[in-house]
Amino acid sequence: MFPRFCARAACALVLCFSTAAAAATDAELAEIRDQIRQLKDNYEARIRALEERLKAAETAASAPAAAAAPEAPPPASASPSAGTLAAFNPAISIVLQGAYAHLTQDPALFGFDNLQIAPDVTPGRRGFGLGESEVNFSASIDHLFAGSLTLSLTPENSVDVEEAYGLVTALPYGIVPKFGRFFSGIGYLNEQHQHVWDFQDAPLAYQAFLGGQFTQDGVQVKWVAPTDTFVELGAEAGNGDAFPGSPRNSNSAGAWSAYAHAGDDIGASASWRAGVSYLETRAVDRAGKQPDVTGAIADTSFAGTTRTAIADVVWKYAPNGNTRETNLKVQGEYFWQRTRGDLTYAGSGESGTANTDAYSANQRGWYLQGVWQFMPTWRVGLRYDRLNAGSPAYGSNAAFLATDPFDPQRATVMFDWTPSEFSRLRVQYAQSRERPGFTDNQLFLQYILTLGAHGAHKF
Amino acid sequence: MKTICMYVVMLAAATLGVPASGALGIFATVPEWGALAETLGGDNVKVYVATNALQDPHHVEAKPSLIARARNADLVVATGAELEIGWLPLVLQQAGNPKLRPGQPGYFEAATFVALRDKPARLDRADGDVHPGGDPHIQTDPRNIARVAAALSARLAELDPANADAYRSRYAAFDTKWRAAIARWEHDAAPLRGVPIVVQHKAFTYLIAWLGLREVATLEPKPGVEPTTASLTEVLAILQRDPAKMVLRAAYQGDRASQWIAERAKLVPVVLPFTVGGDEAAKDLYGLFDDTIARLLKGAQ
Repeated sequence: MFPRFCARAACALVLCFSTAAAAATDAELAEIRDQIRQLKDNYEARIRALEERLKAAETAASAPAAAAAPEAPPPASASPSAGTLAAFNPAISIVLQGAYAHLTQDPALFGFDNLQIAPDVTPGRRGFGLGESEVNFSASIDHLFAGSLTLSLTPENSVDVEEAYGLVTALPYGIVPKFGRFFSGIGYLNEQHQHVWDFQDAPLAYQAFLGGQFTQDGVQVKWVAPTDTFVELGAEAGNGDAFPGSPRNSNSAGAWSAYAHAGDDIGASASWRAGVSYLETRAVDRAGKQPDVTGAIADTSFAGTTRTAIADVVWKYAPNGNTRETNLKVQGEYFWQRTRGDLTYAGSGESGTANTDAYSANQRGWYLQGVWQFMPTWRVGLRYDRLNAGSPAYGSNAAFLATDPFDPQRATVMFDWTPSEFSRLRVQYAQSRERPGFTDNQLFLQYILTLGAHGAHKF
Repeated sequence: MKTICMYVVMLAAATLGVPASGALGIFATVPEWGALAETLGGDNVKVYVATNALQDPHHVEAKPSLIARARNADLVVATGAELEIGWLPLVLQQAGNPKLRPGQPGYFEAATFVALRDKPARLDRADGDVHPGGDPHIQTDPRNIARVAAALSARLAELDPANADAYRSRYAAFDTKWRAAIARWEHDAAPLRGVPIVVQHKAFTYLIAWLGLREVATLEPKPGVEPTTASLTEVLAILQRDPAKMVLRAAYQGDRASQWIAERAKLVPVVLPFTVGGDEAAKDLYGLFDDTIARLLKGAQ
């Protein structure tokens, strides 16, 4: 109130002075101007002082309310390690997992007719086995960046860098760039770490078309649209070293991807997300495996371009949105993959034969799964997988590789117990018909333990 | 050339979504802060509440709808004290809205303006879902809401200085009315002092301290861990030595454990709204406490 009055008074004064000045000499004018300036400076300083006093009064008014709490010490003492070097340590979380697997078929014979899959894709080892142990460090880096490192310690005692990325956190307008090594944002399951999947293993389509999970070494930009309905667009460029690409010793990017996601709530109880993705990868001498005419697993090498499109949808339901009691999650993804290039049949074992010819294939695959938490901590899940490998054009390689059309399929049932957010025990049974006359009955008993920082509840 | 440049910039600004309306967009994590922001902000704010009273606020996922709303908000009003640890950081990271980053004026944590109770002496996950900073369920004591209101009003004025006077006058009116209501609730709840009770989850620490109720036992063996028959039998043994009158649970919690113990230990099961919207009567902050006190008094009879 008072500052406004001051300002009005000052204006009036200025007006008075300016009328008087009309008839004055230059010297007088200069003097008057000087006086006006002084007056202006004066009242500006007073307004500033008043504003400061007002601000001080406001903070004083709110501070005692917080300090007046008689019950406990002030919350400032809540951060125990503030001031020590450890206070800046990143959040650390560790995932321990392992499984007992009973597989009726030899995992070394895993393969699909008419599909070259990554050599390391198998249903896992037989008997007791340690899963990947995962160590994650994450923290804000400064006012611009955040970073995350996930190391995977394999049962073979090697260390893989699963993810190591920086995020730009300071950009407005919903733009979030990411760079380094990260799980690509294509599809639905791809971006999630294996230990949060609802089944012990990846769907067949992921195993066949993306080598299990597609990792980018490159850059990603995501943009969230300014709408109340969630709309997100993303694009990535990377070196394409990971399957279905391969290292190429090239300056150009070897993997490009783009995707769009949309999602929203349906009332209080349901929510959904759907997306379409596209991935293009280049490969030079990409190692693969495929059954040959004798039924043995042959080594292959591929050079060319692979284009993959994915449509994904996930729908979740919980009465009133309270996932703690009961909830249902249904998800499905459909894959199309188009492969063009040269395929080399490198023989199986000692045969030593090698043959190269043009190769082209149009293939599809999908899965649909549902997981139902029927009471707190207990869930049951069903999944059905199917691949359509089509009839690729092999050229002269048709003489070596198994080329009869066959659609691999798998049915899986899962049952798990999650006593707390940090532990899960699971039993899973699957019947997998990978190739003609080759049915694998798979039983897994699995544990997943998380220690350290609280994990995120990703949708 | 200059005009073309300007059009390009304007078009970019339009597509990138500079908020068109003048109202301050508020993303409230839980209904009580949504209701408080509505009360203090009036027409000057547009409030989105991320959860409802029938949801367990610990167990929320970073849903697409939450990311979209956080993308456009000017202020996030959270409880803090790790209540939203499982989902809010992820929502904020994915939303690409630097205004809401912790430490910015657009990030408001209610728990930092309240003295927290039950700060654990040791941090070990073997003790269940412990919150290192203390119990985050601060909204069950109306005096805490008064403290948060003072801070939130100042924050609204800071973020929207053009309407600072409106926020101040709305706060002054609320504060007067709220303090009168607290006096009324304390008067009405006088018979509850010293009444022995059992709680399902440690969700009512502040309410119990405010009204002077006596907590005899907790049904969850550890915070956040589902009770089992074995753990409930132990509670039953405690109740045989030290009988209680009623068993309290929040509207979002399942009734199995409460019913089990209520039948065997002759307790009155009382469902409290816990937050705004928890039942028919808890339509706003006043209704929340009117109904909470009424239900407790009925249970204590």
